[in-house]
Amino acid sequence: MAEPLEPGRIVTGGAPGETARDAVLARIRAVAVPPPAAIPRDYLTSLSPDVDILERFAERVADYRALVHRATSGNLAATVAEALKGRGARSLVIPAGLPADWLIGLGPGIERQSDDPPLTYGQLDAIDAVITGCAVAIAETGTIVLDAGPGQGRRALSLLPDRHVCVVRAEQVVGEVAEALARLDPHRPLTWISGPSATSDIELDRVEGVHGPRNLDVVIVG
Amino acid sequence: MSGSPAGREPLPTFAGTPPFPEAARTALADEQLRRNLRHATTTIRTKRGRAVAERPDWEALRLAGAAIKDDVIARWPELLTQLEANVTAAGGIVHWARDGAEANAIVAGIVRAAGATEVVKVKSMTTQEIELNEALAREGIEAWETDLAELIVQLGRDLPSHILVPAIHRNRDEIRDIFRAEMGAAGRPAPADLSNEPRELAEAARLHLREKFLRAKVAISGANFAIAETGTVMVVESEGNGRMCLTLPETLVTVMGIEKLLPTWRDLEVFLQLLPRSSTAERMNPYTSMWTGVTPGDGPQAFHLVLLDNGRTDVLLDEVGRQALRCIKCSACLNVCPVYERVGGRAYGSPYPGPIGAILTPQLRGIARHPVDEQTASLPYASSLCGACFEVCPVRIDIPEVLIQLRTQVVRQHGWRARTFGEEPVAMRALSTAFANPGRLDLAERVAGGAGRVVGRRGRIGRLPLPGLLGAWFRRRDLPAPARTSFRRWWRSRSSRGES
Repeated sequence: MAEPLEPGRIVTGGAPGETARDAVLARIRAVAVPPPAAIPRDYLTSLSPDVDILERFAERVADYRALVHRATSGNLAATVAEALKGRGARSLVIPAGLPADWLIGLGPGIERQSDDPPLTYGQLDAIDAVITGCAVAIAETGTIVLDAGPGQGRRALSLLPDRHVCVVRAEQVVGEVAEALARLDPHRPLTWISGPSATSDIELDRVEGVHGPRNLDVVIVG
Repeated sequence: MSGSPAGREPLPTFAGTPPFPEAARTALADEQLRRNLRHATTTIRTKRGRAVAERPDWEALRLAGAAIKDDVIARWPELLTQLEANVTAAGGIVHWARDGAEANAIVAGIVRAAGATEVVKVKSMTTQEIELNEALAREGIEAWETDLAELIVQLGRDLPSHILVPAIHRNRDEIRDIFRAEMGAAGRPAPADLSNEPRELAEAARLHLREKFLRAKVAISGANFAIAETGTVMVVESEGNGRMCLTLPETLVTVMGIEKLLPTWRDLEVFLQLLPRSSTAERMNPYTSMWTGVTPGDGPQAFHLVLLDNGRTDVLLDEVGRQALRCIKCSACLNVCPVYERVGGRAYGSPYPGPIGAILTPQLRGIARHPVDEQTASLPYASSLCGACFEVCPVRIDIPEVLIQLRTQVVRQHGWRARTFGEEPVAMRALSTAFANPGRLDLAERVAGGAGRVVGRRGRIGRLPLPGLLGAWFRRRDLPAPARTSFRRWWRSRSSRGES
């Protein structure tokens, strides 16, 4: 790699041969900062047992103006088909590892595309919808978290199509952010999604949908 | 002309902003600006109140957040090198930059090595601070801002006025006019019949930027947090422009202030509560992306992390002022500040406006080490010390305390010249002279008590045509009239009656 790209090798000013890294660390080490006495962690890390977690999750997702569907394992395929139809989707990209029985309700009106071999970004941009599972979901904040695992695919899949249908199994829903973090692997690429893409940049008037999927359907199973 | 992505006039910078009182006077004369700001700050303030009230443990979260950030700077070298090791182990390349010029040169080198002449950018305070876009333009590299508000600011050849909503000084008609006039020169033009409806304006931005996302080879972002323990870097956002930049290009460069560290993965359970509720006043922002180095087959295959000092180690020098390093750039303090609400962000002369800007900018510019210029020295006076900023700060930065500390520094450095940007230091010195000598205090109180008897009919002292220091003080404020009898006189009369 070219000279300027090597870490810590750029030298401007300072002692001869001193790297920026050495200089910055030396400046910090020149000042002794006492550590805090303790880090108090007296905040809540789970919801009260009286809270119906699935109910709370459904309510909080709906607050973001996403569409929430409750399903059972018996009618999941029909619910998925209905959600896609409701959004007018005519083409659908399917990530590797997505359970085949989620899709048995789809009619012939929807063209299915696999991402194996990987589609180009141009191809993905032309597809109407994506369906994924998730890694974990958080009731308190109405959040779903994708970790690019089986049934979720690489990050671009849930980004370029304008409609995202996400299936969440009951056992994947936790109460608080703290519980979600404990279940996640930080070494995987993670996307936390709380409702559809949104902006309030124009006179603080909220508009759902700028660059990410403008339509989010969350199907809760169980 | 260089300096502009569309090859026309140069982009404006904050350089040359006059000292705060003068900049504020100009801003105050702008009725439209004041109306837009009042609407914006009132709306976000109310929403934030609701989002915070929902957490019975808010104070516990704030205490944890402040302590975690204090722990970061107490163990700064250890945590920075831990982050470096973990990012490197996960396939990223870590660079260090002492200042903005060094960081800009590193980024330009990476962009050139990737064979790119343009980059897409995620909204980033840090890259604004180092004027990266201007530096890239000088190298012939076009930098496209992709956050809707940043796009409005960039296309309008304008300066941001708020950390969270940088185009808050613009109304929908102005935005429509900017899009119609400027989008064509930068890429896909706006539809000819574009209306002023926010939904249509957002759609125009979507179409305009989509072609840039799909063809960009390099993206540049900042970072909200980076986890030393795992090497994970993250960006919070709303629109999805961040996800586009962080996912589609081959090469990703993240420029991060060295204070953006968190020690452990678990610490996010605090900061993912504090930040969205304080910033956009939501339970959670629409999108948060987290990545650790490079993932084969998913997202950028080259990841560069630039660790930027640029004055942060100077902030460390001041024992009181260093709490500013806790800042997570949520902008809650802007929305509650009576001064910010009236003058807006651009009067502060830096990308960091409002109360946090008033304490951060002077420190980043080295006030702890050497005298600063007059504009910088005027910033600690851009406050009425009402304390609302501390009340809302999610990491409990005592901004009034730091303001007073910095005022002391300014007076020490500038002495009597301080009256050009604020009369308080002068008046405060007069006050300290009076307090140092009981005879003088007695005289001063009697003079003030007399003044109260003359003009204090409604219990207030308004604008007095007084000469000298007292007049300078009253030019900017009115005060409750002082008591007719001074404390010292009253005490003496009590004592002489034998009541002590």
